[in-house]
Amino acid sequence: MLELKNVSKTFNPGTINEKKALLNINLRLNEGDFVTVIGGNGAGKSTMLNAIAGVWPVDNGSILIDGKDVTGLPDFKRAAYVGRVFQDPMTGTAATMQIDENLALAARRGLSRGLRWAVTQAERDEYREKLKILNLGLEERLTVKVGLLSGGQRQALTLLMATLQKPRLLLLDEHTAALDPKTAEKVLEATTTVVEKDHLTTLMVTHNMKDAIRHGNRLVMMSGGRIIYDVSGEEKKNLHVSDLLRKFEETGDGELSDRMILSAAE
Amino acid sequence: MGAVASYFASLSLPGLFARIPAGVAQGLVWGLMALGVYITFRLLDIADLSVDGTFSTGSAVVVMLILSGVNPWAATLIAMAAGLVAGTVTGLLHTKLGIPAILSGILTQYALYSINLAIMGFKANQAVSVDKYALIISSRTIPKAILTGVLFSAAIIALLYWFFGTELGSSIRATGCNQQMAKAQGININSMKVLGLAISNGLVAMAGALSAQYSGFADVNSGRGAIVIGLAAVIIGEVIGEALLGKHLNFAGRLAFVVIGGILYYIVYTVVLWLKLDSNLMKLFTAVIVAIFLAVPYLRGQSKSSFRRAGKDAAASAVEAYDRDPYAWDKPQNTDNAQSAGETDAADKGVK
Repeated sequence: MLELKNVSKTFNPGTINEKKALLNINLRLNEGDFVTVIGGNGAGKSTMLNAIAGVWPVDNGSILIDGKDVTGLPDFKRAAYVGRVFQDPMTGTAATMQIDENLALAARRGLSRGLRWAVTQAERDEYREKLKILNLGLEERLTVKVGLLSGGQRQALTLLMATLQKPRLLLLDEHTAALDPKTAEKVLEATTTVVEKDHLTTLMVTHNMKDAIRHGNRLVMMSGGRIIYDVSGEEKKNLHVSDLLRKFEETGDGELSDRMILSAAE
Repeated sequence: MGAVASYFASLSLPGLFARIPAGVAQGLVWGLMALGVYITFRLLDIADLSVDGTFSTGSAVVVMLILSGVNPWAATLIAMAAGLVAGTVTGLLHTKLGIPAILSGILTQYALYSINLAIMGFKANQAVSVDKYALIISSRTIPKAILTGVLFSAAIIALLYWFFGTELGSSIRATGCNQQMAKAQGININSMKVLGLAISNGLVAMAGALSAQYSGFADVNSGRGAIVIGLAAVIIGEVIGEALLGKHLNFAGRLAFVVIGGILYYIVYTVVLWLKLDSNLMKLFTAVIVAIFLAVPYLRGQSKSSFRRAGKDAAASAVEAYDRDPYAWDKPQNTDNAQSAGETDAADKGVK
């Protein structure tokens, strides 16, 4: 489904700010895998997601989605395969456009856009049904500008947009980190519902170790631009936060962020 | 006193009323220009300065073509196409060569000055007479000019309303609103920017073509300050549209009010001339108006929350505290007096 082969990326090479963000990453996801990604600050979690999404070209290696080499494609072309939800709730939606217009833009991800109407009545009815899944009452507010919604509502909407046109791969980049705990829980719940309903192949970066253990069938830990731990199946189910903390200590880079420590203490 | 009295005596109200229709006709043409500015400024979030050049390009192309025997309608369409090309150049400078949008516009505008002169055979202006050619619009017949302007505006507004409701138009709007979101939805934001700039400048050149026919000549300087006049029309239209219709102001309404903004601008211009003020002062006047209206949203925010205000409030409350008890500073903060401590506890509990 997704394959990263020897992917490397260095930011600001040759300068004092040089940062080796990804070092020979090799990762292979099977159809329907729901992989949670954890790691300290600067471990390379978001960088790996951005490399897959095609935000910038990688220095080395190749990226394959569904057996197709997408290494040379920019992000808007990879969007045909990839659905994304960002950490900042403001990023995933167009604030000055209506809820139905945002959804319609997402419904045409990977398709050619011409002079047909941007949103049709049939689509509006369909969106109303799909918005009900989120359980936020948005189905009654289809023509409201997205800028008037709360961060949690916008994030839930972004999630729906990312999955409206079934993506080959869903990338969630700490998409609940900017939300209050209650809203975060709701959005995460909606995520699981959507992912399980469509058996979406998913990569979810999270700082919350409990969430990382509770969700998905596989867990990947990163440190210093490398994947240092990759666990799935029964072994993953039996993981405890303390196991992960021990793993972190083994890395010895002491990059555990406050947020991660707090999430472990919850 | 005598001078003031004779100044007012020299102003004739019928004279003003006689001039207003011409102002309306001109305002309609510039309102069409402002629709182009609206596309870049409001929908794409780019302040595109190429329009100063493309307005003159439209004038130059239409006049030279008409003089060489081309039908005025066809000539106007070709002028529009010239504007599309100019806008595309600005767009490519910005997206393919990485030049900031505002600079790309300035470069195109600067280059167009030479190109416009070349189009006009290196003359600063070229006349085209309505007596010899069947011009679309002319200042000779004002009522007909107003009707033509209204029909053009209605057609263009309908066209824009339709286009920005399509998949493509909606992608342009998404690009102007949130580039990252647009890319995540598979939209090629560079293409959308080029397309938006092209359409905008096409409209501006069309307005330039109509303006040249209206006044009977093309001038290489006719587009100077077009961006500011366009912004003035956009802003005046928005303020009035929102005041009159509030939440009911839809996209078509917004576009209509941009044209109305252009008309109002030219009515004010007419009044300024009628007051015998120097028309050269109009540029200063326009710039001040646009600056004020652009600043209003910011200043409104500042009036609610700013360091200046926070500082003033803090100082005011300090003065108030002093007025209440000038010697508060000299009194012990924590008294060991058991009785008063007890009172404080009681008060705390009362609160809870």
